[in-house]
Amino acid sequence: MKDPIIRICNVFFQRDDKIILNDVSMDIQRGSIVAIMGPSGVGKTTILRLISGQLQPSSGSIEVNGKQISALSRHELYECRKDIGVLLQNGALFTDLTVFENIATPLREHTDLTEEAISERVLAKLESVGLAGTQELMPHSLSGGMARRVALARAVILNPKIVLFDEPMTGLDPIAMSTVGRLIRETNDQLGLTSVIVTHNVEQMKKLVDHCYILASTKLIAEGSPEALMHNTDPAVDQFMNGRVDGPISFHYQNSSSNSPVDSS
Amino acid sequence: MKTAGIQKSKLLAPIAEVGHCGLFLIRMLSSIRFERGLLLSTLQQTYLIGARSLVIIMICGFFVGMVLSLQSINALQQFGASDQVSLLVGKSLFRELGPVLTALLFAGRAGTSIAAEIGLMKATSQIEAMQLMAIDPVQRIALPRFLAGLLSLPLLTAMFNAFAILGAVMFSIGVMGLDPGIFWSKLQTGIYFGKDFLGGVWKSIVFGGLVSLIAVYFGYYAKPTGEGVGTATTRTVVMSSVLVLIFDFIMTSFLI
Repeated sequence: MKDPIIRICNVFFQRDDKIILNDVSMDIQRGSIVAIMGPSGVGKTTILRLISGQLQPSSGSIEVNGKQISALSRHELYECRKDIGVLLQNGALFTDLTVFENIATPLREHTDLTEEAISERVLAKLESVGLAGTQELMPHSLSGGMARRVALARAVILNPKIVLFDEPMTGLDPIAMSTVGRLIRETNDQLGLTSVIVTHNVEQMKKLVDHCYILASTKLIAEGSPEALMHNTDPAVDQFMNGRVDGPISFHYQNSSSNSPVDSS
Repeated sequence: MKTAGIQKSKLLAPIAEVGHCGLFLIRMLSSIRFERGLLLSTLQQTYLIGARSLVIIMICGFFVGMVLSLQSINALQQFGASDQVSLLVGKSLFRELGPVLTALLFAGRAGTSIAAEIGLMKATSQIEAMQLMAIDPVQRIALPRFLAGLLSLPLLTAMFNAFAILGAVMFSIGVMGLDPGIFWSKLQTGIYFGKDFLGGVWKSIVFGGLVSLIAVYFGYYAKPTGEGVGTATTRTVVMSSVLVLIFDFIMTSFLI
């Protein structure tokens, strides 16, 4: 049964004269892991920012957990964000706080838990991401993979309904990449989350996600399971999924405000 | 036509920025909640930006007091009035030099540190992460630093004045051999609590608010790049210094 927790309907978004998204629609089902893929600069992170209410669409609507994000006041938006965890590309840990304090921050801000209860939950979450014993470390002493896992623990500490991941695998070695991938799957299934992952890592996504959306030059060009997309005969989808140099998706920067979805030449 | 439009927008930009800064101040003040967290973070920031500025303030105050008494004695000796030096030094310090020089030093030491810290937090997406965690960064980051600046500058000014008087005492009495009794009695009878002391206190409160507002504002709206953080830091010092001197004139014309 279809039960979308995020509904993006005919969204159009432009920055100055440049069109970023043109008539993009997505229904992201509750409990699933969804990937938004596409070449760099195509507007994948913009979609995450639209979902989290950091950006407003030029037209179209975005419904998250039954609420129209663009119609919310600042206070309502902040209330809505308590149900959304976000893992930013670099982790964005607070550099002057320890690992423990980083993860405890949302709990201290939004709950009335005692110090003992906060400590228990933070240590349990650290254990679940495989970083027990690191609570006193400062962010600068963590490796990229460890920082990403701490950020994941912080993103899910309030048990949100949705977690947004902005390129969670970028810059990680293959082992760290697999570890983060496994953690995303385990966290999603154990906590009953909905995970939206922005990425261009096709190999990792084939193993991890339930459903993929592919964007190219402002438009949504395909969607489906990773297997279905691997066998998609559309030239643009085939080029992206198989990493081909030649194809309709242009390698060169297009500065036109009316750039076509794919190169028609 | 287009050139005229660009020139007009360039002229209006500073006015728009003043308005934007005013709205930022209103947003910051409206986010005040009387809770333990705000008190603790304000005290922590008061230590970081206030207490850590103490050494530079004390050293500068001491030498300003010394040079002020040196110049004053040199000038007053020509009229046989060198025993009036404590009065001249006291009036200059309490009314003008104390609040103004402390504010300029505070802008250089603490203002730049606030702007750079907030700018760097922005460049490393920490501000964004906070917003995404439903935490208002204006309330959690900007407000405690603003309040700490407001609290710190009057206290630092008091320390500056105290060390400047000490410098003046050491030079006038210790080096020039003025009579200590005359020095202290002139200072005690010639400095008025309302006009001289409170006037300086009012100035230092206004300057504290001004410098810390400029620092948090430029830091918060810094471009999230290395260059953006550098620009925010430079603009903080330049704008703070200019505005402190402008506001000093305006306030003096009302207080005198």
